[in-house]
Amino acid sequence: MKTLVFLEHHEGAVQKGALGVLAKAASVGDAHGVVIGSGVRDVVAAAGTTVWVADDARLEAPLPQPRVDVIAKLVRDEGYDTVLFAQSVLAADVAAGLAVRLGAGLNWGLVDFDGTKGSAPQLQDTVVVDVGWTSPVRIGVFRAGSLDATALSGSTELRDATVELEEFSTLAEMVEQAHAEQQGPSIEDADVIVAGGRGLGEPANFALCEELAKALGGAVAATRAVVDAGWYPYAAQVGQTGKTVAPKLYVAVGISGAIQHKVGMQGSGVIVAINKDANAPIFEFADLGVVGDLHAIVPKLTELVRARRGS
Amino acid sequence: MKIAVCVKAVPDAAGGRRIDPATKRLDRSGELTLSEFDAYAVEEALMLGEGGEVVVVSMGPERALDALRKALAMGADRAVLVAGDELAGSDLLGTAAALAGVLERESPDLVLFGQQSADGGGACLWAAVAEHLQRPAISQVSELTVSGDSLTGKRQTEFGYDTIRAPLPAVVAVSDAINTPRYPSLKGIMGAKKKPQETATADAIAPGTEVLALNPPPSRGESVKLEDDGSAAEKIVEFLAEKRLV
Amino acid sequence: MSVRPADYPAPWSASDAIAPPTDPVDERIDVGVAIVGAGPAGLAAAIRLGQLMEEDPATAERLGEVPVAVLEKGKAPGSHLLSGAVVNPRALQVLFRGRKRVDEMPFAGMVHGESVLFLTKRRAIPIPTPPTMVNDRNFVVSLSQLGRWLSEEAESLGATVLPETAATQLLVDGGRVVGVRTGDRGRGRGGEEQANFEPGSDIAARVTILAEGTQGTLTSAALSRFGLASEQPQVWALGVKEVWRVAKPLDRVIHTMGWPLRAGKKYREFGGSFIYPVGDDMVTIGMVVGLDYRDAALSVHDLLQELKTHPSVRRILDGGERLQWGAKTIPEGGFVALPKRFHAPGLLLCGDGVGLVNVPALKGIHYAVESGRLAAEAAWKSFARGASSRESLASYDESLRKSWLWNDLREVRNMRQAFGRGFYVGGALASAMTVTKGNFPPRDLPTERDAEQSLISTSRASSYPAADGKLTFDKLSSVFASGNRTRDDQPNHIRIAKRVPREVAELWTNMCPAHVYEVPDGAVGADGLVEVQIAPSNCVQCGAITAKGGRLTPPEGGSGPEYTLT
Repeated sequence: MKTLVFLEHHEGAVQKGALGVLAKAASVGDAHGVVIGSGVRDVVAAAGTTVWVADDARLEAPLPQPRVDVIAKLVRDEGYDTVLFAQSVLAADVAAGLAVRLGAGLNWGLVDFDGTKGSAPQLQDTVVVDVGWTSPVRIGVFRAGSLDATALSGSTELRDATVELEEFSTLAEMVEQAHAEQQGPSIEDADVIVAGGRGLGEPANFALCEELAKALGGAVAATRAVVDAGWYPYAAQVGQTGKTVAPKLYVAVGISGAIQHKVGMQGSGVIVAINKDANAPIFEFADLGVVGDLHAIVPKLTELVRARRGS
Repeated sequence: MKIAVCVKAVPDAAGGRRIDPATKRLDRSGELTLSEFDAYAVEEALMLGEGGEVVVVSMGPERALDALRKALAMGADRAVLVAGDELAGSDLLGTAAALAGVLERESPDLVLFGQQSADGGGACLWAAVAEHLQRPAISQVSELTVSGDSLTGKRQTEFGYDTIRAPLPAVVAVSDAINTPRYPSLKGIMGAKKKPQETATADAIAPGTEVLALNPPPSRGESVKLEDDGSAAEKIVEFLAEKRLV
Repeated sequence: MSVRPADYPAPWSASDAIAPPTDPVDERIDVGVAIVGAGPAGLAAAIRLGQLMEEDPATAERLGEVPVAVLEKGKAPGSHLLSGAVVNPRALQVLFRGRKRVDEMPFAGMVHGESVLFLTKRRAIPIPTPPTMVNDRNFVVSLSQLGRWLSEEAESLGATVLPETAATQLLVDGGRVVGVRTGDRGRGRGGEEQANFEPGSDIAARVTILAEGTQGTLTSAALSRFGLASEQPQVWALGVKEVWRVAKPLDRVIHTMGWPLRAGKKYREFGGSFIYPVGDDMVTIGMVVGLDYRDAALSVHDLLQELKTHPSVRRILDGGERLQWGAKTIPEGGFVALPKRFHAPGLLLCGDGVGLVNVPALKGIHYAVESGRLAAEAAWKSFARGASSRESLASYDESLRKSWLWNDLREVRNMRQAFGRGFYVGGALASAMTVTKGNFPPRDLPTERDAEQSLISTSRASSYPAADGKLTFDKLSSVFASGNRTRDDQPNHIRIAKRVPREVAELWTNMCPAHVYEVPDGAVGADGLVEVQIAPSNCVQCGAITAKGGRLTPPEGGSGPEYTLT
């Protein structure tokens, strides 16, 4: 098995997701990386393996189609049989374009891979499917955040990849590239969400959630009950009739955990719940449930988090 | 301008989406409805295509025509369904090839997709189709303007918004932030039945993937519940630190 | 001081649901017959009209491009249909003119045996099946599935079924019903127009058939506007039911009386439960209680949960899994509460909406089908060349009165009213009525309005079981199990008095199976009244609030439950 891993990078550093995929690939066979962009020779310092570098002004913008050209050529010239990606908007498009280019099967949403088969949760994580490939070249896209990003170490052998682009690959142009976001992340993108419910008592207490969210670098969400009552805007509603989210950390403050809310956040990585009612249903599925007064606990928690993060 | 919208008829969420353990594929035997994400693409096409033609293209079982009717009720002009028993169980490769076949014949100025598959959760089909068509593709577009023979899209990524321009014909996948899909008017619903709905065939392409087994989801693991004795905040931070969340 | 919900009436009147047409003529939608409600009555009407159109295409042509339109406020036909149900196939066989066999209809199975049990807290005492309840040669069916099937049949015969379309007003012009107006879509909570706002439309029809089912808004308005209502008021029961997958097949239909309802006259708790096999692997279980009950602490949903803990019932559900839940009211006034007339200029009324239900036999579906069929025939008559619309529509009343359904209902009139005297007295009276085939008592017993019952407050709630999530469930997770995904950000469709006494607030809070109402903590004002909090998107449109002082109006089309097995 000879695997090539797409090492997506942003502002000079490889994305954590890609590192995780590379680590997983290396654990089950030979794995090399490929870095594509302009002025990117220094992006990977110590990878412990071969890293192809496609460095060309035409590759500066993070657009998918030129990357398909580069990777397809590498696969054909060097005989890779597996190409793996950590999911992102860019990586998804590269992977799919590549699949058609190479006639390669693409398995999506993987959380694990053993060299032969992958593991993919489906239908809102109610079933985990074992998936395989029947094509000579295999493509896999890993779900964001599914693999631990272990830091790279060991010497890197950099090799230059040929850049030959199809005409249609360069038709799309980047007019203006994204800048770092000034405000906090949106609910859908946030890694951390602090959500407030009726247990807050009054709308002004949403400030408690806001402060904690800021300290954790996350976004604020709300239950249907408080949105109905006008305490917080509908755009922040998480639940069956609001948004579905799956952040790494979901802190539920004063939320009972009715199923209408649960289905909107049950895919969260870690769920912490604070509620004064010991019988609230949320305690049945929270990873850490704290029965207590949120008005006392949340401000203290915010302080401690700030101290830890040195912010 | 002629716009094609690629849509999918999916099992209705209320009816319960499930995988059939016998075929190991999604059970599509029940009611099918237009995928909720595709409604945004149809809406965008209707707004941009004023005066032109909007065609919805889909691959699915014959019954999917009922679901495509919603797009016609919203205002699309025509529906083309690629159907055939041999196409059941197609994966990305087969689906992309089938859709591309119809799109090549239709030759639209713009091809639109919704942001993800409502049942399978995949979010990349458009890139596969664009590769077949050898045309530029932009995904996760939350704002789209077409002027003359090029378009500009605001692509929403993990790092913020990119502004990308491409010449027509092009393929664009729109996000659910782009618009608010209209409710079909009664006249629209009643007129939908009369609009042209054709079925087309396509050669089946062998899938490059297979489903090996279905497993129940892993349990969430141990859940810890404690009463606040004054040190709850500290305990929470410890817990988060242990999980490397803080 | 006796507190009655009727003293705090809803801010709603019939004129809210009646209006002249307002759309310009070229924007209105013209149909031949507009049928409101894709339930058994409405679809039977659509099917019969389809048959008549096939036989007589010349007349059909006069109905225009859309000869028959069926408006359904639910997401799809069947989404808002809920019943037990054990159905007498007779009316369906007549509807399909003997061309469909029973095995072609979506029945779950024939009734093979039945029991009636009198329950106490721990025991189940079999009692002989009252003659009105014998179900020999009847079929268990999911009304939701039946509706879905009837809708396909109607469409194959040329009807246009319009789901997610709520009829919010009856269009009346010059004293004549000229169609209906559909509801707006895309309004926000404050009524503001959202980006995808779509205004309702005037649907102009030569004949309008109202088949809205229980608590029909337009039906209610029409009865008032055209002076059609009977002297005796309509009364209702609330049914809450669940569908379960079970490990062992159930071999009979079961009805129970007694526990957990209380027999004393002061409670006025009339009702019972049903447990029916649905095929070999499912069971449907429901609790039905008259809404003339007095205890503000009564919750039919919780009585159903309590019922399931009875050893005889628990045994049936053991090893099983709840699949679906739902709730709906049933009109129980019977014969004496039927409207004086079932038609008005341009209008025909069918089904549960006008109370065509045989309460002791727990049957209404086949009456709905028959009334829909007869309505279609009367409407068709009015399309013949030179026909008098007035006479044609009046012929509907005649055909109803000549029909077997009229006789059925007449025989069992007063039974429900008898039970106002408590279970035992009522039981004795009911027996006398059965034996004399309705000739006793000589004068009809009066019906008292549900909302006029004075409230009492007991500690009934203390014996409701806590929800364990396996056998017993709370209201919110039950609303989820009804498939309800109503859009939150829309105007409130519930009309209730803004401020009411605490007892009334508690009545509504406990009554509503979907937890729409809540009594706010504290907050009793200087006037001794409280303001009830409402979560309208929980509403499964059962109609109980309308019986007890408020008014359910149709929310945005597509809202509410998405029943498939009920």
